[in-house]
Amino acid sequence: MFYRLLAAGCVAAVALAGAAEAKDWSKIKIATEGAYAPWNFTNAAGKLEGFEVDLANDLCKRMKATCEIVAQDWDGIIPALQAGKYDAIIAGMSITAKRKEVINFSLPYASTPAALAVLKTSPLAKIPVDKNYDLDKNKADAEKQIATLKAALKGKAIGAQVSTTHLNFLETYFKDAADVRSYKTTEQHDLDITAGRIEGAYASIGYWKPLLGKPEGKDLVVVGPTFTGGVFGAGVGAGLRKADDDLRKLFDDAIAAAAADGTIKKLAVQWFGFDITPPM
Amino acid sequence: MDPIFMWDTLQRLLPGIPLMLQLVSLSLAVGFVLAVLVALARLSAFRPLSAAAAGYVFFFRGTPLLVQIFLIYYGLGQFPEIRDSFLWPFLRQPYWCAILAFTLNTGAYGSEIMRGGIQSVPWGQIEAARVCGMSGLLLMRRIILPIAVRQALPAYGNEMILMVKATSLASIITLMEVTGIAQKIIAETYRAVEVFVVAGSIYLLINFVLTRGVRALEWYLSPHLRDARQAAPATEAAALAH
Amino acid sequence: MELLSFGDKGWGDELALAACMTLAVASCAFLLGTVFGCFGALAKLSGLRALEIAADAYTTVVRGIPELLVIYLLFFGGSGALMFVASMFGHTGYIGVNAFMTGVAAIGFVNGAYSTEAIRGAVLAVPKGQIEAAKAYGMPPWTLFRRILAPQVLRFALPSLGNVWQLCLKETALISVTGLVEIMRQATIGAGSTKKPFTFYACAAVLYLLLTTLSGIGFGRAERWAERGVRRS
Repeated sequence: MFYRLLAAGCVAAVALAGAAEAKDWSKIKIATEGAYAPWNFTNAAGKLEGFEVDLANDLCKRMKATCEIVAQDWDGIIPALQAGKYDAIIAGMSITAKRKEVINFSLPYASTPAALAVLKTSPLAKIPVDKNYDLDKNKADAEKQIATLKAALKGKAIGAQVSTTHLNFLETYFKDAADVRSYKTTEQHDLDITAGRIEGAYASIGYWKPLLGKPEGKDLVVVGPTFTGGVFGAGVGAGLRKADDDLRKLFDDAIAAAAADGTIKKLAVQWFGFDITPPM
Repeated sequence: MDPIFMWDTLQRLLPGIPLMLQLVSLSLAVGFVLAVLVALARLSAFRPLSAAAAGYVFFFRGTPLLVQIFLIYYGLGQFPEIRDSFLWPFLRQPYWCAILAFTLNTGAYGSEIMRGGIQSVPWGQIEAARVCGMSGLLLMRRIILPIAVRQALPAYGNEMILMVKATSLASIITLMEVTGIAQKIIAETYRAVEVFVVAGSIYLLINFVLTRGVRALEWYLSPHLRDARQAAPATEAAALAH
Repeated sequence: MELLSFGDKGWGDELALAACMTLAVASCAFLLGTVFGCFGALAKLSGLRALEIAADAYTTVVRGIPELLVIYLLFFGGSGALMFVASMFGHTGYIGVNAFMTGVAAIGFVNGAYSTEAIRGAVLAVPKGQIEAAKAYGMPPWTLFRRILAPQVLRFALPSLGNVWQLCLKETALISVTGLVEIMRQATIGAGSTKKPFTFYACAAVLYLLLTTLSGIGFGRAERWAERGVRRS
């Protein structure tokens, strides 16, 4: 028994060492979160689905590569990319200066403003819907809007997903006035809005709009102005390792082609109900 | 490994310690009372009571703590009846949900430890106490509980350590204790190994102090077992040398 | 209830599959942990100071740190460490460690510390006189191990190993943070997409209860089997 266990240990140790992968982009492993509908999500059949899953498959065809799409929890998605668990991240990730310090990004394939959603019964639901403010191009106006929002959110709890630009936005501008909470997934902050634990949450409008049309989102409403630029970065792109500049070129060309021939628009309308193609 | 980065990390993690200690001490304190009550219920001759206690212990020992936390935090919020009830002001706060989950969990494990302790009380001592005219609460307070607690202490010490470790799960329901902050630092810097080495050391240190504390308490509670001339283990150096 | 039905509309088949994954991770981790435990116990009983200190450090550190931290450490740091070791042997490039292996390694590593104590206790529980008697009969070490030590260590260690197994099963819930689709992760996915968290987490609880109870019965049987022929006091 004892020796048999010893032998099993040796086998396990060798097996753990795993297999090495060569660098050749005919096979690309892509990670997505699988919990950010309709960008990417897991359906009742256990399959990954969504705008980005379709887009990734289209890009792979353009790059003449066979792709494997895997699900990976959001809070570990960048470290695991660096550790080489996969080669690209296509998971609604905004291109920000902070992330650029550690990873590389392709051209943006989508651009969606950030918006606040609250319960229809909340006093905040009365805040009128406003246009978009860009934190880079129209800083003064955007900050005036934030100040108004800040007064409305004073003393209230508000959430966003952990390590997102939305959470960064809340912590930059609202930390001293509101109770900012971070959630592992967007679905968890939705549960807490419905339960009344938090007043509202910030996420991309591309997340809220489709949700509000579904029975699960019937109690929610998007309020106030939307924001882009600044802490929100320059649109949503594919995350890549800094070392893989050749792969970045492949992605850039594929994305530019998909934007030019209207594939991104077609997929966006199919999944979001509106176009989210960024200006190229 | 970058010492400057690790020092910064440590300073950012320290503010998470008070919350962690609060979670541990509150849930252990309430959990201990619960554990004693449940242990007594399990040993009671009244069938429905002992069955209910057994069911509670079965559920909480048979499922992962993470499931229990999610059931209480996200699960209970699903029902409008609960959201409208008097419990909601508590349950809407992640802090109290965590305390509730930890308390119920440690109550179940603790009750088994206490049951063992109570059953280890020699029958002769209980008989002797009865002969002296003690019964009910008095018997419990003077004879059974002190002996049971002393018997259960080493195992209870382990349970305390498990609770310290369990508080790391509070980060999953938005509470920023040590693990929660550690996760956040990783999200900003992507330096997982260094952050978790620092965070791990904090837990180790707290558990080390806790273990020594329980050992000192054991020593203090068993005067009949020790040599009269022996010194107290307050000499931490001696303990370390061991 | 149709939420939990099988097929493409319901989550029943996904949850059942996830339960199999939980069982697979737990079994592999338990085996790995027992291997670690054997080495640990061997080191602690070796009489060599250095080995004893190393084994003590292993059990103390692992039992004092949250499992969640160990999992994160291996998940985020594990493949970096492997690549570092590989680079010393002149191998460059990426070495992937998948979520399953990470889970097995992390939980096996943690449970090894508990198994170490279980096996060490069992070895010490074998009466010294029996070993002396065997030696007096001129039994060679291997025969002594096979005939005297091993059967009794197995019997003495079974109850505590049963506890380690239960811990192991429950700890697999933490693996959900690495994205491996086991019970907990599947329940979270289901709860998120249907906004029925109670239903899904209650389901997860029932699945865990089933696993712990059934395997508890199994271990009870094994204990009785190992104790056959032993006179009870």
